[in-house]
Amino acid sequence: MKLLAARRRHPMALVVLLLVGLLMTGGAYAVFTTNSTASAEEYTAQDVEEGEKLFVTNCATCHGMNAEGTENGPGLVGVGAAAVDFQVGTGRMPLQMSGPQAQVKTPQFSEEQISQMSAYVASLGPGPAVPEDEYLDASQGDPAAGGGLFRTNCAMCHNVVGSGGALTRGKYAPNLSEVSEKHLYEAMQTGPQNMPIFNDANLTPEQKRDVIAYVREVSEQPSAGGAKLGSLGPVAEGLFIWFFGLAAVIGITVWLSARSK
Amino acid sequence: MTSKQHTAEHGSQLEQVNGFTNPGIPEHKPRVTDSSPAAERMAERQIAGWFILSMIGTLWFIVSYFLFPIEDGSMGSIRLQNAMLGLGATLALFSIGVGIVLWAKTLITDVEVVESRHDIAGSEEDQAIALEIINQAKEESGIARRPLLRNTLIAAVAIAPLPALLVFRDLGPLPGDSLFKTLWGPGVRLVQDPGMVPHEDRYIRAEDVTIGSAFHVIPEKMYESEHPLNEKAKAAVLLMRIDPQELNTDPAKEDWGVDGIVAYSKICTHVGCPVALYEHQTHHLLCPCHQSTFDVTNHCAVIFGPAKRPLPQLPIAVDDEGYLVAQRDFVDPVGPTFWEINTRETSEQ
Repeated sequence: MKLLAARRRHPMALVVLLLVGLLMTGGAYAVFTTNSTASAEEYTAQDVEEGEKLFVTNCATCHGMNAEGTENGPGLVGVGAAAVDFQVGTGRMPLQMSGPQAQVKTPQFSEEQISQMSAYVASLGPGPAVPEDEYLDASQGDPAAGGGLFRTNCAMCHNVVGSGGALTRGKYAPNLSEVSEKHLYEAMQTGPQNMPIFNDANLTPEQKRDVIAYVREVSEQPSAGGAKLGSLGPVAEGLFIWFFGLAAVIGITVWLSARSK
Repeated sequence: MTSKQHTAEHGSQLEQVNGFTNPGIPEHKPRVTDSSPAAERMAERQIAGWFILSMIGTLWFIVSYFLFPIEDGSMGSIRLQNAMLGLGATLALFSIGVGIVLWAKTLITDVEVVESRHDIAGSEEDQAIALEIINQAKEESGIARRPLLRNTLIAAVAIAPLPALLVFRDLGPLPGDSLFKTLWGPGVRLVQDPGMVPHEDRYIRAEDVTIGSAFHVIPEKMYESEHPLNEKAKAAVLLMRIDPQELNTDPAKEDWGVDGIVAYSKICTHVGCPVALYEHQTHHLLCPCHQSTFDVTNHCAVIFGPAKRPLPQLPIAVDDEGYLVAQRDFVDPVGPTFWEINTRETSEQ
């Protein structure tokens, strides 16, 4: 620190600061890819049986022994396999701690166990099933049509390119860029947390696929103008200029008007 | 242009100006470069160094143009080249500036100099000439002798801007009752907002609106109207279904919903942003612009934020074919409050 403090007023310090700022602006960003392996499953009686065991040991404390719901958790009769696959598959359930909303974390169960739990909950009452692969293939969707639907139905919470946004009292709409196609579909279908439900009459499976295609398209689009700053729009960009741009301007002004020793 | 120019007697001119003592110019302190030839040479080398750095920047720009070519429009190569060219250009221009400023600060003489402004008033001689010209013009034009000409000229100039006032009318018709009316009316079907010009309207069946659903709705045939987007800006509606037991329905508006399905204007009553952040568990509707929050279970009463009026509710019903329709237009005007909002009794129709 002493070294840093000593060099603070060095004539080169300004140049170094400026270079750091420039490099950060033009800095590289990582391209990510997500793969999804979803399938509409046929559940066997054994799946249901195994699922019930898992449910009783892991979920029943809050959701009740027969998934009828308790003060601490909603009833799960009729929520369907899609809801279980989404909530457990994204690690939101089992809930780590109570709070404004469930957090994403590494899933605690294997694909097979999640499928068994889905089978059990699906057996309790009719509800949306895990989507078929056909509707998860973003390459078959129409990103332009999906963009129209996204801006009408999703963008107010999730931001126009799905970067997420704040809701009331600590709740928030998550960033969608790294959510798998299957989980995007299931979220629309089941309306997790405070998200409204978009059933098949509202957005048809084909339209949901268009929405997925749009989300994939915008989140994988490279940014020609340097760092995206989270695609959060004018606030993030304004803050960057406010802190770094203005600081540079003030620094140069002070240096210009300072008397030489 | 007086003898005050180019004088700089440090601290000697202690005169009273407007009750304040003029402290004069602070004492001149010589710089290191003024007294030490070694420091002077050092500064000279430094400045030359900046100019050389600028040359390096220019060369770097040229070199990197070839070193980092754009490959097949690949975004990565475009970005790399941009960054490198930018680095070169920045070095080239910024270093020249730094060098010049350093030169001025360390080597060019910095002895303070006072340069007084000339007097604002012209010399008496100039003033006399100007007065003479004015008097001559007054005499030759006869403006003082011919009041008819003078007065008609003043009148002509005074009324000349009137036509401009007249053409303000062409800025558009007065809003009339358009702020009170939307496309909604008795029997107008609710259709889904497609986010683009649709091939055909998608009507909404009451049974399709399951609990927890939110539909973004526009009136049917909206895209056939003269100004669809203007109409949408007034008529956009959010349709939600809530467990009827959770709704605190005003008895006067008992039949405005259908079995827990309620429709509210999407246009914020604050400044007109689309209020559509619907939390289906808390039943709060949040406006993204200024965080006005409306409670859907209490007829969208404002529970937070700058909005002053609840969101207007659209009374809906189910028609013979099972589709949702409006019973009538909004009873309360939609959108931000305007001056004339209370000039009309809202209970007509």
